[in-house]
Amino acid sequence: MTTALVFLTETAENLGKAQRELLSLGARFEQTLVAVPGDASESLRAELGRYGVATVYTAAVDPEIFAQPLVELLDAAIAAGQPELVLTGNDPLSREAAARVAVRREAGIVTDATDVSADLLISKDELAGSYGAQVKVASQPALVALKPNSVDDAPAEAASTPEVVSLPLAEVDAPQVRVLGAEPKPVSTRPALNEARVVVAGGRGVNGDFSPVEDLADALGAAVGASRAATDAGWISHDAQVGQTGVTVSPQLYISAGISGAIQQKAGMQTSKVIVAVNKDADAPVFEIADLGIVGDLAKVLPQAAEEIRRRQA
Amino acid sequence: MSEDNSNALKIVVLVKHVPDVQFDRHIDAQTLRIERGESTLSELDEYAIEAALAIIEAHGGAAAGHEVIAATMGGSNASGAVKKALQMGATSGVHLNDEALAGSDVLATSKALAALIEKIGDVDLVVTGMSSTDAETSVVPAQLAERLGWAQLTQASSVEFDQATNTLVISRDSATQRLRLSASLPAVLSVTDQANEPRYPNFKGIMAAKKKSTTELSVADLALDAAAVGPEGSRSTVVQAEAHPAREAGTVITDSGEAGIALVDFLAAQKLI
Ligand SMILES: Cc1cc2nc3c(=O)[nH]c(=O)nc-3n(C[C@H](O)[C@H](O)[C@H](O)COP(=O)(O)OP(=O)(O)OC[C@H]3O[C@@H](n4cnc5c(N)ncnc54)[C@H](O)[C@@H]3O)c2cc1C
Repeated sequence: MTTALVFLTETAENLGKAQRELLSLGARFEQTLVAVPGDASESLRAELGRYGVATVYTAAVDPEIFAQPLVELLDAAIAAGQPELVLTGNDPLSREAAARVAVRREAGIVTDATDVSADLLISKDELAGSYGAQVKVASQPALVALKPNSVDDAPAEAASTPEVVSLPLAEVDAPQVRVLGAEPKPVSTRPALNEARVVVAGGRGVNGDFSPVEDLADALGAAVGASRAATDAGWISHDAQVGQTGVTVSPQLYISAGISGAIQQKAGMQTSKVIVAVNKDADAPVFEIADLGIVGDLAKVLPQAAEEIRRRQA
Repeated sequence: MSEDNSNALKIVVLVKHVPDVQFDRHIDAQTLRIERGESTLSELDEYAIEAALAIIEAHGGAAAGHEVIAATMGGSNASGAVKKALQMGATSGVHLNDEALAGSDVLATSKALAALIEKIGDVDLVVTGMSSTDAETSVVPAQLAERLGWAQLTQASSVEFDQATNTLVISRDSATQRLRLSASLPAVLSVTDQANEPRYPNFKGIMAAKKKSTTELSVADLALDAAAVGPEGSRSTVVQAEAHPAREAGTVITDSGEAGIALVDFLAAQKLI
């Protein structure tokens, strides 16, 4: 029997798409456990039940101490549930907490995973998604950080009523890293960039005006992305940056507008299913990877496309 | 020099020699390891070197006895990464060079690096880039903090150091919030490409680097068993690797007034709308 433990570092009102993918992957194994900070509200328990979760491990974590309480929670949940597999998000905090637990348990950790087979063979991307690799982990547990958009959201066939187990964590009496402040970011009504099915991204070619990019994104129900040139210029928040040092995306559709297609930009988007590029320079490298390339001015092409989509949907 | 060195900072910057991202990169079909021709200093490590140099320069620099030691692990050509760091202004280099290290996973890598930092001794701060551009796991700094029992200040987009209180304050962004984190040294700090603007080595720096020393060490020098690193010390093993089929250029059209409509036709044909 294989037991999978899904580690959630935070929960909002509803589970996010990436979290539902983690639970869907976890539900493929004989037993699914969850570790989550806080006290697992009734609605959360009901949502976890849809994925057949047997047990939810919870613990109060001090929000004024960085990372350490999450490490303690995950470590204690592993001790309690003895899973063969631990699944976490691919975001930095989840990976780092899992990596620290890996040290404590002399365990293997695999990041950027896209799948885990029944016999725990892990598929992952290598070299910015240009290679696919299979990795074996020789430890219990195997710790795996799953890329969003890798697994279909598939609740379990039979729902469960998860048992809640509150774990007594040792108090962190010498907190190493204190949280001095936490400034929430404005909440967007658009989908999260790393999870979105469709991304429309703009670069230096938008020349200070993201409205054509945002308008097409809204016509498509898409997230808005950007190149580093656009975020460095301050035209849009750094959170929108796609690429090697920004967000990695793997959507069904990526529309790139006014972006040349530098190697660091490609590193974050080249595993997109379909790529459309709009650039006024016919020699822009982005056309080498675009399924549809449009040589033209984004300020004309994008608004026309947005209008046409709205006309057809009306 | 007559300076009192009791307040001198000893900073180790971890640098990695990686395949140049500007070239096609490959995984060897036999060894399943990344091919290391056309290698260079990982560009993300330049931000780490800059952060370390900025900290000591704000407090009197090398003249005040502060040190920035560029340390790397890897085969003989990995010394190229140390050389570039010395040219940028690091004060000395350390190269952990041992065949036994080849094939180390994250766990074995952090074990070797933690032992290296302990061997260097009296280190106040370890600085790294946000990720290597080859393995891209970005979790080695967190593992180092765990192994050394030091504060983990990772993914910093800004860094302030106050020597009077021995405290580092960083900003760290997540998708939902911007955190301000604070810790006393010793610490492991990793910096993003938002943290600073790395300097280029100038002529003076390149000449000065020729006179700086780099110490070579082996795994045995670290009191580490050879079985603790390399494949034997690793818990994850790549058993297969295959290049995804290269993306090919599709249709390219030139806008003559109707390309926005053509775009929507394409999306409809692909069932994307
Ligand atoms: C360490 C490091 C990390 C980096 N990380 C990232 C990263 O994560 N993400 C990233 O994107 N970059 C990253 N970069 C930067 C990267 O190298 C490029 O500089 C950047 O991607 C260029 O952005 P751009 O394509 O918008 O700008 P440019 O390269 O200047 O391209 C602008 C394009 O817009 C086109 N254009 C101009 N006007 C119009 C118009 N009206 N209509 C249509 N097209 C138009 C031009 O033809 C041109 O091709 C990184 C660089 C370094 C050194």
